[in-house]
Amino acid sequence: MTRDQKLVAYMTICRKEVIRFMRIWLQTVLPPVITTSLYFIIFGGLIGRQIHDMDGVRYMDFIVPGLIMMSVISNSYSNVVSSFYSAKFQRSVEEILVSPTPNWVVLSGFVTGGVARGLVVGVAVTVVSLFFSHLHVYNAWVSVSVVLLTSVLFSLGGFINSVFARNFDDITIVPTFVLTPLTYLGGIFYSIQMLPAFWRRVSLVNPILYMINAFRYGFLGITDINLYLSYGIIICFILVLAAVSLYLLERGYGMRT
Amino acid sequence: MTPALSIRNLTKIYQSGYAALKGIDLDVQPGDFFALLGPNGAGKSTTIGIVTSLVTKTGGKVSVFGRDIDTDFSQAKSFIGLVPQEMNLNIFEPLIQILVNQAGYYGIPRRRALERAEYFLGRLDLWERRNDAVRTLSGGMKRRMMIARALIHDPKLVILDEPTAGVDIEIRHSMWEFLRELNAAGTTIILTTHYLEEAESLCRHIAIIDNGAIVENTTMKKLLAKLGTETFVLDLRTPLAHLPQLTGHDIRMLDDHTLEVEISRDHGISRLFADLSARGIEVLSMRNKTNRLEQLFLRLVEDSRKRQGGVRRKRA
Repeated sequence: MTRDQKLVAYMTICRKEVIRFMRIWLQTVLPPVITTSLYFIIFGGLIGRQIHDMDGVRYMDFIVPGLIMMSVISNSYSNVVSSFYSAKFQRSVEEILVSPTPNWVVLSGFVTGGVARGLVVGVAVTVVSLFFSHLHVYNAWVSVSVVLLTSVLFSLGGFINSVFARNFDDITIVPTFVLTPLTYLGGIFYSIQMLPAFWRRVSLVNPILYMINAFRYGFLGITDINLYLSYGIIICFILVLAAVSLYLLERGYGMRT
Repeated sequence: MTPALSIRNLTKIYQSGYAALKGIDLDVQPGDFFALLGPNGAGKSTTIGIVTSLVTKTGGKVSVFGRDIDTDFSQAKSFIGLVPQEMNLNIFEPLIQILVNQAGYYGIPRRRALERAEYFLGRLDLWERRNDAVRTLSGGMKRRMMIARALIHDPKLVILDEPTAGVDIEIRHSMWEFLRELNAAGTTIILTTHYLEEAESLCRHIAIIDNGAIVENTTMKKLLAKLGTETFVLDLRTPLAHLPQLTGHDIRMLDDHTLEVEISRDHGISRLFADLSARGIEVLSMRNKTNRLEQLFLRLVEDSRKRQGGVRRKRA
């Protein structure tokens, strides 16, 4: 394939993915926006009023970046895992497998679809948050780059999950038992400085902590973690997951017999 | 001339240890209409799966129009259009979207993809349903949709794995007509089917595969010539009181209006008609008792199994 042909193939997968989640926006975009609004109302509006400032900012303002990031993470992941697994389940993935589209283009297309949904939901949640908080951006470059990189990372994670999944239960196990706990314990609702020393050290093992803190820095200029360390960890994870994804595609794991 | 498809010593051993292909060799020439026949589980779909890269081979070489599927996979894949045996369409997607996307995977720009999609949807009588989701289509429509999808990138080699399975006779005949036109326009076609009259009617070359090995690979004409005798059923105008005595013909009376005659290819059918006419017996119509290719197919598969059984016994 020429470079132009690869670009056409990439755009085709991207368009297909975006059309897919926008066609069912009632299932894909609206629910996370409603759920996050409830977080804003309950944790920020009602309970948050009883809580003192966190790291020098209002509690509501403190939790907003984490809640936006939580939406981006879960939606990027679930878009790719459900889309690619459905394609496997219906065997329509064979349309791509028999074509000359290189594996890295296939992966890029699905990851872009995941990033697109993550960002659409992230922007929607950000708009809703403006009704509850005085959101300002401390460093736009950091905010945008961290949300993009995190979205790529979890799209790749969703892709790997879908490759290994053998039934629809398998695509909900990781989000339910791994992602959600790690996200909640990743410092959305609290600063790890509040934790006892032991649990603070344990928290540092959680990679989502680094993403949420870096993203919060972009908005509020405060972080529990060194920003460069956050970038380093996110990029390392992306490289490892991308390599694993490409290896699985090359081997045709779960797709070829 | 570079073959459209060249297979050398192709083997496939599944993880369970089952050897689906035991070193097959096969050449399909450009422009041919080629039948790949075999009983269920013989290795047809595995062979097709390897050629289209849906199945990983254990050993051997495959090239499509001279392009190796391992080292030049991009070019090799772009030559092939596949109509798989099992339905593999996204049931939630509209037809036109599926076709445009499929074209996109081959690098065809959207505008041209739309033109081609419109052409094939019209050609295969699916235009009215272009915006409907696949799940709303009948079985025959889904089959035609898979043919349209396989052709969207203008492949030089089209592989159809039982394309007419479960399709009514009218649609089957219109699909045959379409495939003939496609082949006449220069597209090489490989067909697997369990309808042997389909293979006999459409194909010029044939390979029969059984138990992972090619047991016959020749032209349809030569294969049919191997048939020593043919059995015909004759419908008579007037009832017969008893079986007529005709020397040189193996003849049976099925009922008072029907005769069954076994005729050697050396003798031909003219002498039979002359003998019947001399006795005042008028034939209304005549048909083959079974499809000729079916007779041969069963015989070849049976012979192959006897040989393999013999080999197995010797090894034991």
